[in-house]
Amino acid sequence: MASIEVRKETCVGCGVCVPACPFGAISMVDDLAVISDDCTLCGACESSCSFGAIIIRTGETDGTCISDYSGVMVIAEQRDGIVDHSTFELLGEAKRLAEVDGSVVSAALLTEEGGVWPEKLIQYGADRVYIAEDPALRHFRTEPFSRTVEKLIKQKKPAIVLAAATTTGRDLMPRIAKNLNTGLTADCTELAIDPETGGLLQTRPAFGGNILATIVCSDTRPQMATVRPRVMKALEPDGSRNGEIEKIELAPEDLASRTEVLEFNSLDEGEVDITEALIIVSGGRGIKSSENFALLEELADLLDGSIGASRAAIDAGWISYPHQVGQTGKTVQPKTYIACGISGAVQHRVGMQSSDRIFAVNKDATAPIFEFCDEGYVGDLFEIIPLLIKEIKRRRK
Amino acid sequence: MRIVVAVKQVPDTAEVRIDEERGTLIREGIPSILNPFDTYALEEALKWRDELGGTVIVVSMGPPQAEAVLRESVSMGADEAVLLSDRAFAGADTWATSHTLATAVEKMGNIDIVLTGKQAIDGDTAQTGPSIAASLDWPQITFVGNVRELTGKHIIAERYVEGGSEVIKSSLPVVVTVLKDANTPRLPSLKGKMRARKIEIPVWGKDDLELSEGEVGLDGSPTRVVSIATPETFTDGQIHHGEPEELAKLMADSLLGTEDS
Repeated sequence: MASIEVRKETCVGCGVCVPACPFGAISMVDDLAVISDDCTLCGACESSCSFGAIIIRTGETDGTCISDYSGVMVIAEQRDGIVDHSTFELLGEAKRLAEVDGSVVSAALLTEEGGVWPEKLIQYGADRVYIAEDPALRHFRTEPFSRTVEKLIKQKKPAIVLAAATTTGRDLMPRIAKNLNTGLTADCTELAIDPETGGLLQTRPAFGGNILATIVCSDTRPQMATVRPRVMKALEPDGSRNGEIEKIELAPEDLASRTEVLEFNSLDEGEVDITEALIIVSGGRGIKSSENFALLEELADLLDGSIGASRAAIDAGWISYPHQVGQTGKTVQPKTYIACGISGAVQHRVGMQSSDRIFAVNKDATAPIFEFCDEGYVGDLFEIIPLLIKEIKRRRK
Repeated sequence: MRIVVAVKQVPDTAEVRIDEERGTLIREGIPSILNPFDTYALEEALKWRDELGGTVIVVSMGPPQAEAVLRESVSMGADEAVLLSDRAFAGADTWATSHTLATAVEKMGNIDIVLTGKQAIDGDTAQTGPSIAASLDWPQITFVGNVRELTGKHIIAERYVEGGSEVIKSSLPVVVTVLKDANTPRLPSLKGKMRARKIEIPVWGKDDLELSEGEVGLDGSPTRVVSIATPETFTDGQIHHGEPEELAKLMADSLLGTEDS
């Protein structure tokens, strides 16, 4: 399935590729390189083009040798220059995977200014940090980021590439995987090396979390996966670890973008990102109305927690999507999760089951949530929660 | 404005049950529906077409019965529909699916925007949209909760991301994936339903799209599912029954206990 393509937007019509082709398969038409059927996909033109405008899409039959690829590369995620915790989780996981064959863990950081972060990535498990610094990389933008990472992957040939299954990772990775003609598994919750093949076993929930599917990418490299945040464990940072830091050279055309970020609006205070919350008070179908969420808010305020919700509450329009916990919402891992009027369908469970302690209040004693919570209270939440609020206030006096 | 909406027929995962003994999905009797996220993409397309004029074309890759979701889309107001169906397309992962859909978009020609739902509720990958953009070498805006502006030249859309939202401006053509926050999908109209019954839906296969075996379906898919399991359940929790006062006290004990530790 190998093929060759000239990117119209990127080709400047310089003509350098024409004599570079040993088969005379390239001609210039209207300042654009055109490749004829005489092409044998030898790749001479691809390396002659200084603009990255010629792309050979390699496939399983093109002789790319899988054994040329080794190590695990983590694509770091930063916002406002600060590396996200999910990156450290991935490094912990990458290290565990790389230990199987003693290969190298690398991290790629694209940012305006690296500062202390390359060192931090090493402390959390990277043996090598590739860093691209440019003001144009301050905010995530699909094209410059995907182009830069694609080039890096082609050059460094990691066997495995991981990114967090955040809105950034899930925007970036499919683009890269498509362009590199390789496989990508979304939103994995478990990774392992197959002892027989050495390949990556990528496990993820599907069908609304009803099943766990294990997926392999056997014939192409790298094996790419996005990994659900708050599932893997970060290592304790180790200041004595050594690693190399290598700059990624950027060409102006790498940074070109047809999209621009006009503004960034942070969530209002009190509307904190629930994935960061230590305590979550969550409501489901049993809450019955958007007004009734005020009751949960009162409890959340008292416990210094945030508000979550199940899909049923979101679908009913009682509360906004950023609060949704579950397969189609966020995955959370708070110290305490209090599920009120949530039945605990599998679609919800996959988003909160790694919480340290799960409390459930539900009047239906047969609700699935009672099968996996730590403490269940069978009763009417509209009776129990107000009494609980009163009780907490009384004890704190 | 020529807008393509890529839609998928999915099993209603809210109805999916598990055969506990065999650990497999019970598919029998599970209704097939238009992927809910795609309805927001369709509504967004219809809304802008109503304002700017133009054509909304719905496209779906799937078995012959996937035609149903195309007819449903037409009943909501889509102008044209194309079904991508071929035995060779079976078993496609997101690479092969997006490759096939992108080739169809190229064949349609002069498309300004491809809209699709954030993800499909069966696979939940959210990969097909951005992969279509990669195949077409178009820019992309994913996880869009609000399209602020659309003209013949550009789009301004709000992407909902962790901790806030980004306002992105992109040139056209572009691929946009849509969240449920974007709009409230309209209901099918009577006129729409009549059109949906009568409309001829062309079926494009591998040869119509000039694709080879190696770039479609299972053969064109770098990934492969090797095993399916059901998530394990654990039942070591304590369940309390009793009067609300008693339960509230017990709960306060536990909660404030964890707070102090």
